[in-house]
Amino acid sequence: MVGEGILKGMAETARNFFGSFVSKDRLTTVQYPEERELQIEAARDFPFLVYDGADWQQGMRCVACQICEKECPPKCIFIEKSKDKKPDANGKPQFYPAVFNIDISVCMSCQICVEVCPFDAIKMNVDYNLSTDDRFAGLLLNKQRLSKSNDYYRKIHPTEATAVDARLAEERARQKAKAKSAAEAKAAAEARLTTTAVQPASGEPR
Amino acid sequence: MTHLAQLAQELDQIFVLAAHWLLSYLPAALQPLCSAILSVAAIIIVFATLFALTTWLERKGLGRMQNRYGPNRVGPFGMLQPIADGVKSLTKEDIVPITADHAVHFLAPVLLVTASFMDYAVLPIGRNMVLVNLNAGVLFFFAIGSMMELAVFMAGWSSRSKYTLLGAMRAIAQMISYEVPLVLASIVVIMQAGSLSTVSIVNMQATYSGIWPHWFVFTPWGFAGFVLFMVAATAESNRSPFDLPEGESEIIAGYYTEYSGFKFALFFLGEYIGMFATSGMAITLFLGGWSAPFSFLTWVPSYVWFFAKLLAIISVFIWIRGTLPRLRMDQLMNLAWEFMLPMTLLNLLTAGIWHFMPAGSSRWLVCSTMVVVPCILLSRGLKHRKKFQVRTYHYSE
Amino acid sequence: MTASFMILALLTVAGMAAAMGLRNAVHCVLALTVGFAGVAALYLQLGAQFVGLTQIMVYVGAVAILAVFAIMMTHSPEPVKQPAFSSQWFVGGIVAASVFAVLAWAIHSNAAFTQGLPPQPEVTVHQIGDALMHHFVLQLEIMGLLLTAALIGAVVIAMGHEEEMK
Repeated sequence: MVGEGILKGMAETARNFFGSFVSKDRLTTVQYPEERELQIEAARDFPFLVYDGADWQQGMRCVACQICEKECPPKCIFIEKSKDKKPDANGKPQFYPAVFNIDISVCMSCQICVEVCPFDAIKMNVDYNLSTDDRFAGLLLNKQRLSKSNDYYRKIHPTEATAVDARLAEERARQKAKAKSAAEAKAAAEARLTTTAVQPASGEPR
Repeated sequence: MTHLAQLAQELDQIFVLAAHWLLSYLPAALQPLCSAILSVAAIIIVFATLFALTTWLERKGLGRMQNRYGPNRVGPFGMLQPIADGVKSLTKEDIVPITADHAVHFLAPVLLVTASFMDYAVLPIGRNMVLVNLNAGVLFFFAIGSMMELAVFMAGWSSRSKYTLLGAMRAIAQMISYEVPLVLASIVVIMQAGSLSTVSIVNMQATYSGIWPHWFVFTPWGFAGFVLFMVAATAESNRSPFDLPEGESEIIAGYYTEYSGFKFALFFLGEYIGMFATSGMAITLFLGGWSAPFSFLTWVPSYVWFFAKLLAIISVFIWIRGTLPRLRMDQLMNLAWEFMLPMTLLNLLTAGIWHFMPAGSSRWLVCSTMVVVPCILLSRGLKHRKKFQVRTYHYSE
Repeated sequence: MTASFMILALLTVAGMAAAMGLRNAVHCVLALTVGFAGVAALYLQLGAQFVGLTQIMVYVGAVAILAVFAIMMTHSPEPVKQPAFSSQWFVGGIVAASVFAVLAWAIHSNAAFTQGLPPQPEVTVHQIGDALMHHFVLQLEIMGLLLTAALIGAVVIAMGHEEEMK
């Protein structure tokens, strides 16, 4: 008969209605500002820039290679490369971003910038409390607002950060070893040169 | 005892007496005009407040049915939410599409709200509490109701958008289809009461045998009529499960997609006010208007009963909305023309037979059979014809 | 001639004039609806509630919607380029004026016009039903037949496509 299913459905909604007053387990809502659900580790929303050490300008990993800017599908990243070079965390002189802006009102959280970054300089943040009363400047994050320390990164994504740290350490060790062997080879070559002919030292050691 | 009865009567008529007292301070020439203005203002304020209350109730109720809290931030239990919503819609930017027909675009919400408020002119809210006692009150109600279709069309057409036009066409197809069963379902009451005046219809029902009232809903044809009327009223006020005209998943917001800010709020208001008016008409026709459900409860003021019944119907509307999914367009039309229309026509016949049969259990039996058996047969027929096949469209060939 | 009559008459005439003068066809129908509503209000003012409300229900509720849809489906939304006055407006004016003159003369020569209206009877539903079922039963049946024929015709037209498909 017509109406049987309707009555069944209405009984179900009535059960939900009264049940939600009786048992708290039924309620799926989280009362947001007071209580918050724990985020899973893989949570992500918008990108941020990682820096090593204590000073965000000194330790910035980004070298302004602009790959992320080119890859960004909605084109929300804007980078201006510096004219000069500054030593990075390893003491190696590198270009650095004079301007690095991300418009998070445009960003779609796709994580492509993170995937393409060869320097592990850009990672995904988990902070979602981004509401602001200024819809233009408030949502256009500049270099300073984007910079977060490596410790912060370790805190929000422990597993991922450990892997990245290990990889970077390995890379640095390899580079150091390479530099060392290069220096040794150079020294040996110079020593060989000095034996044949006296020559003034050229350039600074790299 | 007589003192108490007097008090109850005075409480019942308190608004009427207050209006008379206020008007007695005015010169006689101004009294009719001011009386009208006072009554209209009272109706607008009361029902606009009820609208605010209902939006809150609806959100709370739907939330609970979906195991949520509903609004609970603004004021105690979120009760001030309607005020926050009102402030929001008042301060929002009023965007009119550049290609829109500005005059018609502006007039549509005005006409809708005016028409839906005009419905209350003939609704007896309490004893002696009706704005105008028209001889053709029920007819007035349906005549004004049909004006809303025009407002819907104006909104849909003037916005110059495909969604609004589709929404308007759906809304008008639906409103015209369901107006037929709506009117036919209410004709049984007019047949029985022999009057089109809402006041005399209610007066007829406000009598008691024993403790039981003579509401029309307590007869086979009255019950069937009430159910049919309420189904048609749900469709007429574009409420779930008949909310195709504003099916969000398909046509955004239907005919008022291109409205924003306060005009959008006006459409919202008009829709709810229309729903209250149709519910009020159902109460007037079938549920005894302002009369008490038992003879020993007649000391409770009449308007309390009216609003209690109205709130009960609103709760059922909310309950239905929380339960049923939206119908498809062909299902909607099939229900109107293949189930509702034959049932209302049969119901007319039943009411006639009830009128001419002698009172007693035999007419109860005959009339109940006349309503129940066709209902079962029709619903089975609808059920069995359900075929699943690839649907082809006329213009896709 | 009361103020309310003047307002309603002006509204009706203005609505009808706009229905003829406006350039957009849908606007014309909407203006026509104003005219219909004005006529209904005039009926109501005369105390003919049943006729007035039926006028609103049928003309404002149904006929206007039908007209508006018919125009919307067939016409382009752009306003027509033809001038508002046709070249034979003079002939039309004469016809309109003569019709008006005949009506005015008929009303003026009516006894009710000079003697004033008889007291309005209280019309009940019972009386209306009585009149329809006894006095005007033939007319009612003819109307019913006509509407049924129209309905069947509409169904036949709508069903024609299905036949072609098979």
